[in-house]
Amino acid sequence: MKITVKLFATLRTGRFDEKVIQFSNNITISDTLKEIGITSQEAAIIFVNGRHAEFDQVLYDGDIVSIFPPIGGG
Amino acid sequence: MDKILRIDMGANGNPKITITELGDYAGLGGRGMTSAIVSKEVPPLCHPLSSENKFVIAPGLLSGTASAMSGRISVGCKSPLTGGIKEANAGGQPAQVLARLGYAAIVLEGKPVDDTLYKIYINKNGIKISPDNSLKMLPNYELIAKMRDEYGDKIACISIGTAGEMKMNVASVACTDMELRPTRHCGRGGVGAVMGSKGVKVIILDDTGMSMRAPKDKERFKDANKRFVDGLMKHPVTGKALPAYGTNVLTNILSEAGGYPTYNFKEGSFAGASKISGEVEAELEKQRGGNPTHGCHRGCVIRCSGIYNDKDGHYLTKQPEYETVWAHGGNCGIDDMDAIAMLDYLDDNYGVDTIEMGATIAVAMDAGIAKFGDAEAAINLVKEVGKGSYLGRILGGGAAITGKVFGVERVPVVKGQAMPAYDPRAVKGIGVTYATSPMGADHTAGYAVATNILKVGGFVDPLKSEGQIELSRNLQIATAAVDSTGMCLFIAFAVLDQPETFQALLDLLNACYGLNLTADSVVELGKNILAMERDFNSRAGFTKEHDRLPRFFSQEKLLPHQVVFDIKDEDLDKVFNP
Repeated sequence: MKITVKLFATLRTGRFDEKVIQFSNNITISDTLKEIGITSQEAAIIFVNGRHAEFDQVLYDGDIVSIFPPIGGG
Repeated sequence: MDKILRIDMGANGNPKITITELGDYAGLGGRGMTSAIVSKEVPPLCHPLSSENKFVIAPGLLSGTASAMSGRISVGCKSPLTGGIKEANAGGQPAQVLARLGYAAIVLEGKPVDDTLYKIYINKNGIKISPDNSLKMLPNYELIAKMRDEYGDKIACISIGTAGEMKMNVASVACTDMELRPTRHCGRGGVGAVMGSKGVKVIILDDTGMSMRAPKDKERFKDANKRFVDGLMKHPVTGKALPAYGTNVLTNILSEAGGYPTYNFKEGSFAGASKISGEVEAELEKQRGGNPTHGCHRGCVIRCSGIYNDKDGHYLTKQPEYETVWAHGGNCGIDDMDAIAMLDYLDDNYGVDTIEMGATIAVAMDAGIAKFGDAEAAINLVKEVGKGSYLGRILGGGAAITGKVFGVERVPVVKGQAMPAYDPRAVKGIGVTYATSPMGADHTAGYAVATNILKVGGFVDPLKSEGQIELSRNLQIATAAVDSTGMCLFIAFAVLDQPETFQALLDLLNACYGLNLTADSVVELGKNILAMERDFNSRAGFTKEHDRLPRFFSQEKLLPHQVVFDIKDEDLDKVFNP
């Protein structure tokens, strides 16, 4: 299945901004993070299709995963 | 900081200066000071531009000391935009300089009998008020350049641009930064119009010969400041993200979360977001010889500000903040960073609130005055405001008035003040703050976005109703207290997550004043300020029915999450009556 992974702020350094990645079925967000080499501490905020998600959430074909380091502003 | 300077601008002959002890206002600073004076001394039913209104300027409790981050200054008055009490604050240099000159507040009272324009110069020797009609209708940058020629570059200025002189509801009060540029604004609520109604164009502050304010307990203060700075540096938001990208790092995350108001609050996510994101903005600044990591005042260790140069490498404006980039960007369908930076410059120069101005243009676009996405048209509309043409005067009235004049239903305001950069349907906690803050729709009054979106201070799901009332209440109380200290609100990211950094803040206040404040005292302070503000509003005619969002937020579903604002009215009433 195909998952779109979007990275933001410092997580882009040495990686990518956005990429479609092929995965086997039944993978979780944690598996995805391992695959792209991001630690759980670095991934402070994760959205799946625009909704906050936890590390153990299972992903499905076509999901968009957005990963942010700790950020703030306003 | 043991005296209050009062200037009666309406006195017979010339403005009259009175300097008083603190009296009933001892122990207050920033928002606590401005709201106490306004609620006690201003008749709530007065016209905001009349002689009965007062314009209060107050540095925070820690401003002027060696404490990091203590450079916020508050201005307060009855607001011409909302008709309620108003406090707006800004960074820049004036808070530190005014505090070192010894003033806990400046209160401009009365109203000149004619249209003479005054400048007020304050240094260690005293106060000089001079009529200077050569300053009439000068925009802020030109005005400050003139003041630099006249008084040298060791000054800090508080000023109004052309919008303030024309007494527009969108008018801001500008404060100069470390480079003596008029870039940090007390933006909201038309405070610039009230300063303009007092006939004061600029206050020039010079603290040459004055020393830093000394804390009661120097050793304890030094130790607390060190722990405070360590805490800010250690937290990933204040130590890394804000210095690297500035506040505009939020564009991408709000758009991804579906809470980024787009095309005048029609949609929750903007296709052009990545082109105007903090990541892009910081990169442009680096490429063009600007700077994405810059402090707006001496003593700032977070340094979330920046310098934005144009394509040719010349200074254009300070790094536009997230709210500005949103208001003039996605909310108007504009995804051109240089056009947004030009709008930021024009806003600062004419002296208008970037949030209210951008929201107003979006309403005007909804009315068909210009097309969504037309950056050139947006720039021309802001120029109309600066000139004061009839169209400019209408837009200068703000989003609510523009909506009424042009017959637009979708007008995102509470108590007449435009909502900032978070859609309350998809970030419900901030919707509670918009509805219930005594200031009108104001994100800084209780920044639930931190906990709803950024997972700072815990996590409350932004799309659900549960927990939002309590979240907004606690944040509004804490914010009222922080706004009194002179501390930049961004310390909250570290203070909310790290108990030892909150303790360091308390220790700073205690060591400075020889007090024994606890967390409970801070809560009490915040509650007292909100109670004064709500009491003023109540006497000005506000009821619980004013603590509501416009109806369309509970009726029109917001894409992509298909959500409405569904927090019940009776629950909103529990924010201040738990």
